[in-house]
Amino acid sequence: MSYVQDRLRRTMMFVPGNNPAMIKDAGIYGADSIMLDLEDSVSLPEKDAARLLVYEAIKTVDFGDSEVVVRVNGQDTPYYDEDVKAVVKAGVDVIRLPKTESAAMVHQLVNDVEAAEAEYGIEKGSIGVMAAIESAKGVMHAMEIAEATSLMMGLAVSGEDYTSDMHTKRYPDGQELLFARNMVLQAARAAGVYAFDTVFSNMNDTEGFYRETNYIHELGFDGKSLVNPRQIEMVNSVFNPSQADIEEAFNVQNAIAEARAKGSGVISMNGKMVDKPIVAKASRVLATAKASHLIDEEGNYLGK
Amino acid sequence: MENKAARHIPETVLKSLALKPFSGVEIGQPEVNYIAHQVNVTTGENKVVDSIADVIKKTLKDGMTISFHHHFRNGDYVFNKVMDQIIALGYRNLTLAPSSLTGVMNDKIIAAIKQGVITNITSSGMRGSLGDFISHGGLKQPVIFRSHGNRARSIEEGEIKIDVAFLGVPAADPAGNANGQTGKAVFGSLGYALMDAQYANHVVLLTDNIVDYPCTPASIKQTQVDYVVKVDEVGDPDKIGTGATRFTKDPKELKIAQMVNQVIVNSPYFKNGLSFQTGTGGAALAVSRYLRQSMLDQHVKASFALGGITKPTCDLMDEGIVDKVMDVQDFDKGSAASMAANPNHVEIDASWYADPHNKGAVVNNLDVAILSALQIDTKFNVNVMTGSDGVIRGAIGGHQDAANAKMTIITAPLVRGRNATIVPDVATVVTPGSSIDVVVTERGIAINPARRDLVAALTKVPGLNVVSIEALQQAAEARVGKPKPLAYTDQTVAVVEYRDGSVIDVIKAVKD
Amino acid sequence: MEIKTTGVAGTLESSDIQVMLSKGDNGIEINLDSEVKKLYGDQIEAVIKTTLTHFGLTDAKVKAVDKGALDCVIKARTLAAAQRSTKTTDKPALEVL
Repeated sequence: MSYVQDRLRRTMMFVPGNNPAMIKDAGIYGADSIMLDLEDSVSLPEKDAARLLVYEAIKTVDFGDSEVVVRVNGQDTPYYDEDVKAVVKAGVDVIRLPKTESAAMVHQLVNDVEAAEAEYGIEKGSIGVMAAIESAKGVMHAMEIAEATSLMMGLAVSGEDYTSDMHTKRYPDGQELLFARNMVLQAARAAGVYAFDTVFSNMNDTEGFYRETNYIHELGFDGKSLVNPRQIEMVNSVFNPSQADIEEAFNVQNAIAEARAKGSGVISMNGKMVDKPIVAKASRVLATAKASHLIDEEGNYLGK
Repeated sequence: MENKAARHIPETVLKSLALKPFSGVEIGQPEVNYIAHQVNVTTGENKVVDSIADVIKKTLKDGMTISFHHHFRNGDYVFNKVMDQIIALGYRNLTLAPSSLTGVMNDKIIAAIKQGVITNITSSGMRGSLGDFISHGGLKQPVIFRSHGNRARSIEEGEIKIDVAFLGVPAADPAGNANGQTGKAVFGSLGYALMDAQYANHVVLLTDNIVDYPCTPASIKQTQVDYVVKVDEVGDPDKIGTGATRFTKDPKELKIAQMVNQVIVNSPYFKNGLSFQTGTGGAALAVSRYLRQSMLDQHVKASFALGGITKPTCDLMDEGIVDKVMDVQDFDKGSAASMAANPNHVEIDASWYADPHNKGAVVNNLDVAILSALQIDTKFNVNVMTGSDGVIRGAIGGHQDAANAKMTIITAPLVRGRNATIVPDVATVVTPGSSIDVVVTERGIAINPARRDLVAALTKVPGLNVVSIEALQQAAEARVGKPKPLAYTDQTVAVVEYRDGSVIDVIKAVKD
Repeated sequence: MEIKTTGVAGTLESSDIQVMLSKGDNGIEINLDSEVKKLYGDQIEAVIKTTLTHFGLTDAKVKAVDKGALDCVIKARTLAAAQRSTKTTDKPALEVL
């Protein structure tokens, strides 16, 4: 395993780090990322045991094509140092830092990761980091956090802690998260990193889940944090491009190929110049279509 | 000797039971003879009696064969009521030949075996303490396990000669017309018991609900019945079937169900007129939910659903996407109620359902069967009878019969706890690999290489991870390791018949 | 390494194993309770023993209640119990795994 900066990250599935049954099967659901959790889902007396279990799991469990992320305990806890060392040694893809409030905290994490990489003879830069934004301060510093390191994979909004910091709670209409979502998304886009929305934990409210997922997709988030494997397919269905999007993406690709064949540096389509964001969007659309099996190997549209 | 399923069958067992070894799944077109049964002619008056003991004394002798049905499942009161009297009356050397055995009967059977009351058993299966008792050599004569279709065949051909059938029903009239659909302890279809009613020398109904003559629909007819015994209660309605069958929320089972649906939708059988049988396990049941959506999306209607039936299957009929439900047994109250309410919900007997030696059973018209398994091996053989520890804990049910479908799909998780489900060799072969077409696990799908058409149709489906059965077996072993081989004694404690009555495998006593 | 107190790790949930370690003076003595003991008992005990030996324990009484755990879980739980019983949880002995 090793960190890949650009990949599909629609779904980040939370898996409690002290639960062998859930860890064992986490790889079968097709989550883009699996987040093994050492923080909130693990009680204080079990921190040591969960750390060893997650370490062993990263080394031995087959997580399929999923990226493996570990949420370590916060920098203000006595567990943080050993968590980082253990998951670096195990060869995790990405470390998620909870309660991130400043670029300095990210620098600290990167230093600790690099120290561990050196100690265990792992190549420098083989592990990415991401920051969970869970407070008013974190939101206000989203930009500096996103830009803190070239190893930054992305920012995630964490709604529960943030809303209590804001003296409110989660509401169905999401107004309480409006500012945080947009701040985090803007910062992520400006810094060229990924943006993840918070979890939706009421498994019985399917309609609410779709409403929220449609909304964050509309805003422009790359993906959503999930608490249940059953939500993966629901998120994917929201993120699936339409047939028209896919055709457009193929046209862009053809235009690129044409330009290459001509040896031209300028890509044009229907007489208009195709610039970088369009090219990036086309490759995102096709990657998503392929992952959701909307197109076959030859690129034929298969439909829903 | 080694049979066609590559299992070693002791010659002594074949000889003492006068059985042939399994020689393949093809039934061919043999000419067979059905046996007739004894009739004690009456005008039908005075059938109603209060005493079970009196009826037993009038009908039963030492060494005879008695039968029961298992439609009450774990809510059954009839079996224990009758066996208590038989044991108290001091009978000896009886053969017990029920359609199957459920957990509530276990203690009574073990007691009856220990006292020499029961000396032979044939059944679809057994679980819990009885399976454990038999697997530790508790019965001298080997138990004979038969599928539902094979039991029907064995009764018709006289291999099971029932002297007295004790059949519990939730409603009967004084002349013996009865059904499973009215009364307190309803269970719906009487499918398995209809064989006993038709072929037993004496038919004794037990009911807590004697209704006015004539009781219709008359699943069991007055022409077949000798006695109607009034008892206080025949069964516990809450334990007969689950109140409402719920879909699983287990994400792994849902994942498997979704993959099964993909297999069906991309098979040549997914078209108008489709027919299917789903089991009642978590994944198999959930298939019907995904299949429903696919049928609606692609405007495909099914001609019938077959088998043990649950409410969700009846809902598909009510919605108009399944024309008929062919029902040999019901698993929940909703399904039992549906049979009473809907003429397209049809009660079928075990012979019509699954018998290999008649002029065509419904399983011969079946497109797709979705079945579960305890173990599957790299030859696609399926074990639904013994656990990974070699102990009896299952039932053939209609497994061998439904595997006659044009496409038989086995669903199973790759491993259960630390037990591999896909193994190099199953502990007991129940359904031969040659009748299994597709195995679906959460980690991938294996297709029987003999089915080149399915390999071609399914391999190109994006997202369906088609792999070899060997790859699945190795993936399982990579997770759980190689188990220590099981240790058995030389004692054959059970014989597993194939549906034509040949011996497909034997079960030995476990050593521990 | 010396056992200072009884150490327990793991749960009785499916796919887990609960390992309890206490002082012993006769090598590593394992009392295993498992549904798959017939098939995997030897392997489970070997994993426990190897893990403890690598950790540096030569004498211990082990009571293990297995609920179908895979080897990786058995290792992690055994080491967690060992570190708890030797009061060394603050320095995870990752090299043992």
